[in-house]
Amino acid sequence: MNSELAIILIACLTSVACAIPGVFLVLRKMALISDAISHSILPGIVIGFFITEDLASPWLILLAAFSGIITVVLVEAIQKTGLVKEDTAIGLVFPALFSIGVLLIAIYASDIHLDADAVLVGRLEYAAFDQLMIGNESYGPKSMWTISTTLLITLALLFAFYKELKLSTFDIGLSSALGFSPVLMHYGLMSIASVTTVVSFDAVGAILVVALMIAPAAAAYLLTTDLNKMILLSVLFGIVSAVGGYYFAVWLDASISGSITTVLGLIFLLVYLFAPSKGLIAVLFRQKRQRIEVSLLTFLLHLNNHDSEEERRVGHLQEHINWGKVRSQTVLDLAEKNNMINVQNQVVFLTKKGLEFTEKALDYIITNKDEKIEDMKNDFFLFRG
Amino acid sequence: MGEKIAVAVDDLTVAYNYKPVLWDIDLSIPEGVLMAIVGPNGAGKSTLIKAILGIINPIAGSVSIYGKPYNKQRDKVAYVPQKGSVDWDFPTTALDVVMMGTYGALGWIKRPGAKQKKQALEALEKVGMLAFKGRQISQLSGGQQQRIFLARALVQHAAIYFMDEPFQGVDATTEIAIINILKELRKAGKTVIVVHHDLQTVPEYFDWVTFLNVKHIATGPVKDIFNDDNLTKTYGINYKVAVQK
Repeated sequence: MNSELAIILIACLTSVACAIPGVFLVLRKMALISDAISHSILPGIVIGFFITEDLASPWLILLAAFSGIITVVLVEAIQKTGLVKEDTAIGLVFPALFSIGVLLIAIYASDIHLDADAVLVGRLEYAAFDQLMIGNESYGPKSMWTISTTLLITLALLFAFYKELKLSTFDIGLSSALGFSPVLMHYGLMSIASVTTVVSFDAVGAILVVALMIAPAAAAYLLTTDLNKMILLSVLFGIVSAVGGYYFAVWLDASISGSITTVLGLIFLLVYLFAPSKGLIAVLFRQKRQRIEVSLLTFLLHLNNHDSEEERRVGHLQEHINWGKVRSQTVLDLAEKNNMINVQNQVVFLTKKGLEFTEKALDYIITNKDEKIEDMKNDFFLFRG
Repeated sequence: MGEKIAVAVDDLTVAYNYKPVLWDIDLSIPEGVLMAIVGPNGAGKSTLIKAILGIINPIAGSVSIYGKPYNKQRDKVAYVPQKGSVDWDFPTTALDVVMMGTYGALGWIKRPGAKQKKQALEALEKVGMLAFKGRQISQLSGGQQQRIFLARALVQHAAIYFMDEPFQGVDATTEIAIINILKELRKAGKTVIVVHHDLQTVPEYFDWVTFLNVKHIATGPVKDIFNDDNLTKTYGINYKVAVQK
């Protein structure tokens, strides 16, 4: 296999393997835990490396993943004392474990493959060259084997326990009452996240692996209201950033893992700006529409309250409700477009539809019952809660 | 009302960080009642339900459902948690949430299929929410969300229903709709146990009541024990409610 293809493949497998547990970490509001795990597996990796002298050894992977689980247990234990909050507990635990790892490297491992740089940002460029040799045969890069094995296990577990994961993430109480132990699901997810972090570590490092877990899920969350689609989108974003990141790095002649993360950041930024309903632009547009709709309602109420022609002249409305010309015109246009008013000789009349709309809206505002206005929600943002 | 005891709680004590929240509770709930659990904030009402359902481990005591431990009787019990206990921004639809009620009967690994979907749709219709089945749950009003939770409990086809404040943050129409469904359940011989806040509506909605304030104060028919004496014992102040007899 040529090395370019091998690197891209490893990057894609890593992104996908990270994106899947990432979705559940984001939904469980545990994004920070992935940061903690990614740092505190370091002492596990170093000790494992002393014992096995092989970064791709399954024993090293399990040992390091175990130190990830220890992190979670320690964070929860500190939190349970009630003396500090969760974020403080996380901030106490992972630097302590990480620093032990850094010291171990500095003291005992300064002349080997592990160094602080590689730990932080990974060595995707070299991962492709570390081949799995059995006898004299080469079976492709080691990390490709470890990552694809992890990904297969993750997919198998996701497929088997999808409904249990969904339930325990959404409603921990019902999950427990129905006999699907939330504790078991929690530690299962933490174990998968830890193992994935360990096998991704060599390729992308402790800091970037967090981005691979969190960014695809965060972007997908803004785009869909369906868990299946959220997982699929996260996987897609992972692959796009892996492939895109590789060519971006080649073009810039820079670190591949850095480029992948940059592409992920750009994807998130684009989604954040342009997501159809939760994106920034959509939100701003909606707020503007809501302001206009509130004005429209105010205007219709005014018409409803006043019978005399004097009160309903276009010019009078402008001074009386105290709006500028532009705003008055926007509101008048919107009302006319919806056939709620007609204007005859500069005097405004409520149509039957306008009257009905006003009464329903008024009823909603007073009673806060929204059964009757269901059909209005499609045309007006104002009533969508 | 049958003679059978649906739920029996013996010497139950629950503590958070060594501070007792429920202290030595003895309680038996007969089959077929519609019962309110009332008490001030922090009285341990939700905790009692959670301890009965094994969500919280008690430090002492035991619970039985029709004479057996809860974990052998899960299929007989449905649970509606407090609405505020879940994240309504979770990416899922009303129908999907109701389907979650079928997970218990399915057991581990098995996926819900056409049969479960049909049950969920029937439950949605029963609570008047069929038109909203595809809607993302954050786009529902508070009352609608509570109806979805009720529908999710209905698909469990249980004998006993535990509900944690089902009337919290719902409009009057929904409150009436919910209580009518609960009364129907009782008519069908089910036992319904509700953590309830509004003392004024107790006589109108329920036929059985438990007074709770860390300790168990009284349990019995509303017409016999819902009086100022028990209210005063429970709330610690001289309580007067206008009870229409």
